[in-house]
Amino acid sequence: MKAGSNLEKVLEAGKFAVTSELGPPKSADAENIKKKAQYMKGNADAVNLTDNQTSIVRLSSIAAAQLIMNEGLEPVMQMVVRDRNRIALQSDILGASALGIKNMLCLSGDHQTFGNHPQAKNVFDIDSMQLIQMVKNMRDEKKFLNGDEIKVEPRMFIGAAVNPFADPFDYRVKRLAKKIKAGCDFIQTQVIYDMEKFEKFMAEARKEGLTEQVYILGGITPLKSAKAAKAINKFVSGITIPQAIIDRMAKAEDQKAEGINQAVETIEHLKTIEGIKGVHVMAIAWESKVPEIVDRAGLLPRPKM
Amino acid sequence: MIVGEQKPIEEISKMIAEYKTVLVMGCNTCIAVCHAGGEKEVGILASALRIKNKVEGREQNIEEASMERQCEREFVDELADKIKEADCVLSLACGVGPQTIVEFYPDTIVLPGINTTFYGMPKEQGFFVEFCGGCGNCVLDMTAGICPIVRCSKSMLNGPCGGSQEGRCEVNKDIDCGWQLIHDRLKAQGKLDFMDEILPPKDWSPARHGGPRKMVREDLKIDEKPEDEIEGITKEGEK
Repeated sequence: MKAGSNLEKVLEAGKFAVTSELGPPKSADAENIKKKAQYMKGNADAVNLTDNQTSIVRLSSIAAAQLIMNEGLEPVMQMVVRDRNRIALQSDILGASALGIKNMLCLSGDHQTFGNHPQAKNVFDIDSMQLIQMVKNMRDEKKFLNGDEIKVEPRMFIGAAVNPFADPFDYRVKRLAKKIKAGCDFIQTQVIYDMEKFEKFMAEARKEGLTEQVYILGGITPLKSAKAAKAINKFVSGITIPQAIIDRMAKAEDQKAEGINQAVETIEHLKTIEGIKGVHVMAIAWESKVPEIVDRAGLLPRPKM
Repeated sequence: MIVGEQKPIEEISKMIAEYKTVLVMGCNTCIAVCHAGGEKEVGILASALRIKNKVEGREQNIEEASMERQCEREFVDELADKIKEADCVLSLACGVGPQTIVEFYPDTIVLPGINTTFYGMPKEQGFFVEFCGGCGNCVLDMTAGICPIVRCSKSMLNGPCGGSQEGRCEVNKDIDCGWQLIHDRLKAQGKLDFMDEILPPKDWSPARHGGPRKMVREDLKIDEKPEDEIEGITKEGEK
């Protein structure tokens, strides 16, 4: 066991894992997090807390992680390299571990031009690849980035993101290999809508033996409407929703219900792909739908480890 | 070259309003090549300021001057008289020019007429691109000669991030993804394995992050040693 988190135990035991995601509020409202946490209870093995996603100031991921631990949930603390330099990142990793946080996801972070403080100076002192390596060395070698010894090391189950749909496509599997080499234990993928492209990515990853070296969790986000799908295609880099899916949404009488149906279908499909060890359900601003999706996808009850 | 653009005339006019004699001073090197502060632009801006003063009924003497390089004392000193006569110098050089004058002319008021933007090149007529961040620790040998520090919006050393699509950066579709360019060039050169290596965190201390920078080249310094010491060397040389 690398960190002994519930998520790690579920994956180690060979069970199909479920993680979900909770976006902290743009305020100091702890009740908001407690309320959203209720949707996740019993429905996910661990819950991601986003770190100022889309560069919008929100309650911090560490604090949110503590708040959901108080509710009996296991957190995956997201950490981006946009806002903190190597000193602050390492300090927060120590602090998070001391609080009992056992999973983290290492990300570069959306560029600040997308957020509500586009005037901000970004940091990007190190990149996401280097963050993975840094946490791994802190955990396994008990070393800070500068080589100094850590007496009590942080125990983190280390996650990373991959986007199989970004360009250049032929480099994406290699980049996954590089993240594994850097030291990540699990992967949460970008949201999957283009199943054909995803299957290609997975086939290549299997060929390279990567699915044996890391747990890959497929990303799911239910669409709310055909209009929302079109907006994603237009404004979100690295995600392409195939026209067939948009058409199906447009034709549906109840578009929201259709979005949930499609999410459930995608999970069913992912279960059949060799090398997929779980799903990451990101019901963005729609957390209340997580129980239904997970239930209908036949993923309940969650295993007790 | 250093690329910059002229400040809006309204801003300049407000800045110089309180001075009777204004010396608009250009630089005929980089800032002239990007058509912002060379001799020609000095002439145009001076004329515009004179017209503006006339229209707005303001009495002000606008003088003009240019030099080869405003960042070198020997060129600046050629215009010493003009600089001393003026109530203020409006520099049309990059940010180095005005500060060179400040360094050697303690009593002169120096104002900036240029916003210095980046180190780059004219990709085509009227289109300038940023190519170097002056980070003090060049990595071009690892990245096919394309700088990830300024040509990747996140300055990633292990890119591209997940926001790269069809060769474009997530920040803006007008920005090429620097890492797509690096990838394509390495691929064409049969060196794509460069991208398998995890490049370590960068030492940013030679960049601005280490505080104001200076460079000392002992070999270029002109010795100002006491005469007896110089004699000693001569004597030794004779032996």
